Amino acid sequence: MVKSKDVCLSGAGLTKVYGFGRTRTLAVDHVDFSFYEGEVVSIVGESGSGKTTLAKMLLGLTNVTEGEIYFQGEKRDISTQRKRREYWKNTQAIFQDPFSSYNIFNKIDTVLLDCINMRGGRGFSRERKFEMMTEACSFVNLKFEELTNKYPFELSGGQMQRLMIARVFLLKPKILLADEPTSMIDACSRATILDMLMQLRSEIGMTIIFITHDIGLAYYVSDSVYIMEHGKFVESGSADQVILHPKAAYTQRLINDVPKIYEEWDLSTV
Amino acid sequence: MDMGKTILEVNELTTRYITRFGESVYAVDHVSLKVEEGKSLGIAGESGCGKSTLALSLMGYYFPPLHYMSGAILIDGRNISGMNPDDVRKLILGKEIAYIPQAAMNALNPTQKVIRFIEDVIQVHDYGATKRDIYERARALFEKLGLPASVLEKYPVELSGGMKQRTVIAISVLLSPKVLIADEPSSALDVTSQKMVIKMFRQLMNDGLIGSLIFITHELPLLYNVTDDIMVMYAGQIVERANAKAAVFDPLHPYSKGLMGSIIVPEEGLRNVKLAAIPGVPPNLKNPPSGCRFAERCKYVTPECRVTTVNLREIEDGRTYRCIFSENELREAYQNG
Repeated sequence: MVKSKDVCLSGAGLTKVYGFGRTRTLAVDHVDFSFYEGEVVSIVGESGSGKTTLAKMLLGLTNVTEGEIYFQGEKRDISTQRKRREYWKNTQAIFQDPFSSYNIFNKIDTVLLDCINMRGGRGFSRERKFEMMTEACSFVNLKFEELTNKYPFELSGGQMQRLMIARVFLLKPKILLADEPTSMIDACSRATILDMLMQLRSEIGMTIIFITHDIGLAYYVSDSVYIMEHGKFVESGSADQVILHPKAAYTQRLINDVPKIYEEWDLSTV
Repeated sequence: MDMGKTILEVNELTTRYITRFGESVYAVDHVSLKVEEGKSLGIAGESGCGKSTLALSLMGYYFPPLHYMSGAILIDGRNISGMNPDDVRKLILGKEIAYIPQAAMNALNPTQKVIRFIEDVIQVHDYGATKRDIYERARALFEKLGLPASVLEKYPVELSGGMKQRTVIAISVLLSPKVLIADEPSSALDVTSQKMVIKMFRQLMNDGLIGSLIFITHELPLLYNVTDDIMVMYAGQIVERANAKAAVFDPLHPYSKGLMGSIIVPEEGLRNVKLAAIPGVPPNLKNPPSGCRFAERCKYVTPECRVTTVNLREIEDGRTYRCIFSENELREAYQNG
C-alpha cells in the first residue's frame, strides 16, 4: 500500500449553495478534508447528502460558493480555460452512468486518441499511438482490434465503464474521481471494475476518490472513509475504524441498511 | 416442503426474439418452474442471461420482437400461454399477474398527479368505478403500506426516487394480483430507500396483498433476505434452483459459485477477500454452444462438457442444478479451490 504523507487534494470550509431566497439549499456545508497521495478515499452518504455536489466542485464543474480547494499544496486556479485543461490533465472522473458519459458522435478510437494527444502525444507516429491504445485496452481486458471503428454505444455497460478506465490508464492523472462507478452495472462486472481500479492505483500511484452509497463497497476498496450527511462530514477515519466501530448514529444506520448474509438483517429501522 | 397450492406453474416455456435479419435468439429456453402460494422466488444472473425476458414471457403478453414458441404458463391452473394478447391485457395483467419493469418509477407521467394514473389503471379493469371510490381505495392501500396519502395529490417530480418506486409498487398491487413480478426494483436506489422497498415487499407478502412474488436482481445479498428460493439463470436456461440459504452458502453449479464470489458485504474480513470475477462474457444466444453453455468460462471444464447436453438434475429438497458433475464432486472441487 502506498502511504506517503503528501497531501494531494484538500479543502477548507468548502461550501455550495444552490438557489436563493426561499429555495436556498445548502448542499455542501463548510467541509474540510485532506486526501493523501496514493490513497483510496471513499465518500459515503445517502442520496441528497451532497456527495455528487462535492465531486463536481472538486472537478471544477460547478462553482464553489465559499471556501478553497488546494491541489498539491497550492490554491487551485481554474479561472481560464487553459488552466482548467491543465487541471483536468491531473484530475479525471468516472461517472455513474456509462451510457451518457460518451459523445455519441465520436468513435472509440477518437476517445482514446484524445487522451494520448492531451498527454503530449500529438507528435507520436501512428504505430506508437496504436500500440498505446492496444496496451490501454488490454489493461482492462478489452481487445482493441474488436473496438476500433466502433461507437461507444455498441458496447455493454460494463465494457463502457472499462473503456473509461482505459482512458484513465492513458491519461495517468494524479486524482481519479469515481462517482458511483458500479451502481449501474451488474454484480459480476462490478468485481472486475473494482479490481481494475485497484490495479491502476498500484500501477500509477494515483489517489482515488470513490463516491458511493454502498458502505460495503467503500469498505472493500478504501483506506479511509468520510461519511457525509446533509452536506457535512459526520465521521471520518480509516476504513476499519469507521466501519467496524462506527460512532455516529448515521454511520450505524448506513451499515445497517446494507443487506447482510452472515448476520440477521434488521428491517425495523426504516 | 411443498404444502401450499401452486399458484404459478411454468412448463418448458420457450420464447424467442426474432431480429430484423430473421435470426432467432432463444432468450428463454425450456424453463420450468413452480411457485407456491405465499412463497417467493428470486431470479439471479448476469446481464443478458434472460432474466428480464423470462419476466416478460411469464405474463403471456407477447409483442414483437418477442415471440412465444412453446410451453405452458398456468396461473392457478388456468393456461394463459396461448391467449389472445387483448384478452391477456384485460383479464390477466394487473389482476392475476402484475409486472414492475426495470426503472418503472421513471414511467410515471410527469404532467399528471399520481391519482390520475391510478384512476386509469382501475377504470380499465373496473369500468364504472367512481373517482371518489378510487381515491378511497388508493388512500386505504397507501396508508396500509405506510405511504402518506398526500402522495396521491402530488406530481412525480415532487417525489424522491425511493418514494416513486414505492408508489409504483403500491399501484401494481391495487388489484391484488396473485403473482407479482418485480424486475430490479431497487437497483437504482440508495441503500436506505432500497431497504424500505424490501420492507414493503415483505409486508405485501405477509398481509396477503399478493399471492406470491418473483424478484429479479443481480444482488445476491438482497435475494437472500427477500425470497424463499433462488433460481440462477445463465444463457436462457435455469442452471440452479435451491432454497436461499443453500444457494448462497452451498452453491452447486460453477456459475452460481462464481456469482457468490462477487458478493460484497460490510462485515469483518471482507478486506482480505479477493473478489473473484467470472472471466469472459455469456455466449451469444443466436447460436448457443452445444453441450454446457457455461463451459467456455468454467474453471472445472472437461472435454466432455463441451459435447454432452446437460439436463437439470434433481437432488433432495427439490433442489436442481445443471452440471455433469455430481454434488460431491463439485463440493470437493470447490474445497480444493
